[in-house]
Amino acid sequence: MPSRPLHLAVDLDGDGAHPASWRRARHAPDALLTAARVGRVVRVAENAGFTLATFEDSPAPPGRGPDPAGRIGAVERAAFAAPLTSVIALAPVVSTTYSEPFHVASQLASLDFAAAGRAGWVVSATDDAAVAVALGRPFVAGGEDLRREARDAVAVNRALWDSWEDDAVVRDVATGRYLDVDKLHHLDFVGETYSVKGPAIVPRPPQGQLVVVAPEGLVPPDLVDVTLVADPTVDGVATAARRVATPRVFAEVEVVLDTADGDAVDRLAGLDAATPWPRTERLRHVGSATALVGLLTDLARVVDGVRLLPLVLDEELPVLSAHVLPALFHAGVATRPVAGSALRTTLGLPRPANRFATQEVPA
Amino acid sequence: MSAPADVPFPDAQVHLGVFFQGVNHWTIWSEPESGSQIDFASFRRMVTTAERGLFDAFFLGEGLRLRESRGRIHDLDIAGRPDAITQLAALAALTSRIGLVATQNTTYNEPADLARRLSGLDLLSGGRAGWNVVTTDNAWTGENFRRGGYLDHADRYVRAEQFLHVARGLWDGWDDGAAASSADAPSWSRPDSITPVLARTSQFAVDAVPLLPRSPQGHPVIFQAGDSSEGRDFAARNADVIFSAHGSDFDDALAFATDVRARLRAAGRPDGDVRILPGTTIVIGDTGSDAEEKARWLAHRQVTPATALAIASQVWGFDLSGRDPDGPLPAEDPVVAESTGEMGSRRWTDKHAIVARWRDVAAAQKLSLRETVIELEPRRGHVGTAAGLAEKFARWVRHGAVDGFNVSPYFTPDGLDDIVDELVPQLQERGVYRHAYEGATLREHLGLRAPLTRRDRRPA
Repeated sequence: MPSRPLHLAVDLDGDGAHPASWRRARHAPDALLTAARVGRVVRVAENAGFTLATFEDSPAPPGRGPDPAGRIGAVERAAFAAPLTSVIALAPVVSTTYSEPFHVASQLASLDFAAAGRAGWVVSATDDAAVAVALGRPFVAGGEDLRREARDAVAVNRALWDSWEDDAVVRDVATGRYLDVDKLHHLDFVGETYSVKGPAIVPRPPQGQLVVVAPEGLVPPDLVDVTLVADPTVDGVATAARRVATPRVFAEVEVVLDTADGDAVDRLAGLDAATPWPRTERLRHVGSATALVGLLTDLARVVDGVRLLPLVLDEELPVLSAHVLPALFHAGVATRPVAGSALRTTLGLPRPANRFATQEVPA
Repeated sequence: MSAPADVPFPDAQVHLGVFFQGVNHWTIWSEPESGSQIDFASFRRMVTTAERGLFDAFFLGEGLRLRESRGRIHDLDIAGRPDAITQLAALAALTSRIGLVATQNTTYNEPADLARRLSGLDLLSGGRAGWNVVTTDNAWTGENFRRGGYLDHADRYVRAEQFLHVARGLWDGWDDGAAASSADAPSWSRPDSITPVLARTSQFAVDAVPLLPRSPQGHPVIFQAGDSSEGRDFAARNADVIFSAHGSDFDDALAFATDVRARLRAAGRPDGDVRILPGTTIVIGDTGSDAEEKARWLAHRQVTPATALAIASQVWGFDLSGRDPDGPLPAEDPVVAESTGEMGSRRWTDKHAIVARWRDVAAAQKLSLRETVIELEPRRGHVGTAAGLAEKFARWVRHGAVDGFNVSPYFTPDGLDDIVDELVPQLQERGVYRHAYEGATLREHLGLRAPLTRRDRRPA
């Protein structure tokens, strides 16, 4: 029995993680990019008992060739989902390569307010020259430069979230002051490619700092709360989890299940015949719900959580909801998040002190 | 009640928007009823009230750097607000009819990114998005962004217009019906139904694939507020709605509307192709003298002693924070310096003339410094009974002076309550305000034609 419950995250992008998942969706392509679709999927995930929904994204088109050409921005989807939910946390994928850190920090802080402290950020990088051309920016090529942009973007976001102390709004009627300027801070961040003055235009978000989730190796660990590790075996995941020095570690798991519509192997083969799903370093489960419960129970001994990437949302989510999550809850491997909790609270992470706050002098 | 026969626009309607304020001294933060400027509940409350009142739009501003004065963050006014598109995407889930308008800057954004975020809001809201297009040229704001302050003053509208052109290309990039209507289709989208935008202009060298289809209203509705001759021409060429500063005095409003209509015709657009919604405040009392009394009470909370000294410091160009707000105006001459944008868009053009006018007003009415500031506040708004204001607004729209107002409540989040509960029924009684939403999109609420680039293909 694990000492701590396994945290369950699920990615809710598009029709599923498989590039051809739209072919098995319960709706036509022209119904994907709608409020109804975004709202329904996130509520299904919340009702199932997931702790966290992530929203994959990129500035580039989501698919190629015959696959989906359209995707609403992850921040907008997560924000739309915020008032429709009250338990599940929401973490958009936002790329760091070409975006403006000042805008991203404002968007994510605003999401945390709209979601009452249930927001996170899945940090990504964009290795695609076409995106540079679309945005009119110099191409950022190579791993080292992508890591530099990711590091600086996360550092600037975190500094901006601290640039208002929690009690910066003082409303001091006697002096006419709404703000205490001693509790607002310029960052004066100077990186290799840009600088940011600050302070933020949004007050400090409810969690102080949003939960920063990043794939292993993209961002220095001291800037990350949750590392996503990708390894094709449980032993490999265990090794990665020992190697990673962040407060929490989640394993990425691609999920293909036996469903009423067909067994897992056949469903995967059918979609792969349309568009092959490239293998990555991630664990991939292809099989029964019972076997997935076993795999997740094994993972609970070596990582703090998992992020599931379902083959087809409309087919895998009902099985996860009806069979997998109830079995995990019943066995005490995982627990449902508590309504009204901040994501940090659910993950057992402290609310961070503000780097700019002056030490209280004891009386 | 029906309109008199001898007015130029007998069927005109009053369109109302609400501007949830983010930075200014008109929002009163000092009273027990002054709610949070950042808690989501405040926004939920305000937008819900506005939708109950059948408003056309809920409007959020933007400022990309906290205001400063002489190197110090300005601390007297409300500050700290959410990112507009993010907040409106959340509010879209709680509303079904009201338009959601985001102020977004063309200088510190890229078209492919911003066009997609606005499209996302437009799709999630079912065609209720608007974009208030603003420009910035000061290097001071640029200190928060990758490129820094790179744009010459003369180029800000050049960039804005090119930006809009690229954005519209992206919004038009998907053919109608590009995404398949069946999961059995051979491909998710019809081949060759999505057209990339290739731009080579003085401001942009981009080649972008649009990621989203059009919404039910075609494009987000374009708002614009520039008041210079250049800004008015930009609006006449590009805008659907002008968020003007000419809404306090009838003759001034009518002169502005007449000028805009002439510029519209010069741009090849028909009269009525834009809506003019001045920003204003509305103070309602049970009697005329109640309303006047309330307006005086509000003015003294808006212009606190510290705020009076801060405004005088801007006019005089040096720090007056140690002076007595209840004493006379400073005896010194003003110091004229170039504005660098630290205190926002309010510009004090000819300081010697302004100070001379302040001295005349103070002397004539025997006013203290603070009372002089209050007397000369540029935005007194509309003060009266609900019936009197409804009568006035009906006359204004029927004469073509305005198409309605973008109202700034002075209290967050309950500042719209009396407007919705008292003024709206009076407007309805006079036949100048809807009894129910008839359309589903912001464009329909405003009675606007199809987007400028779509008229040949999809006539109104």
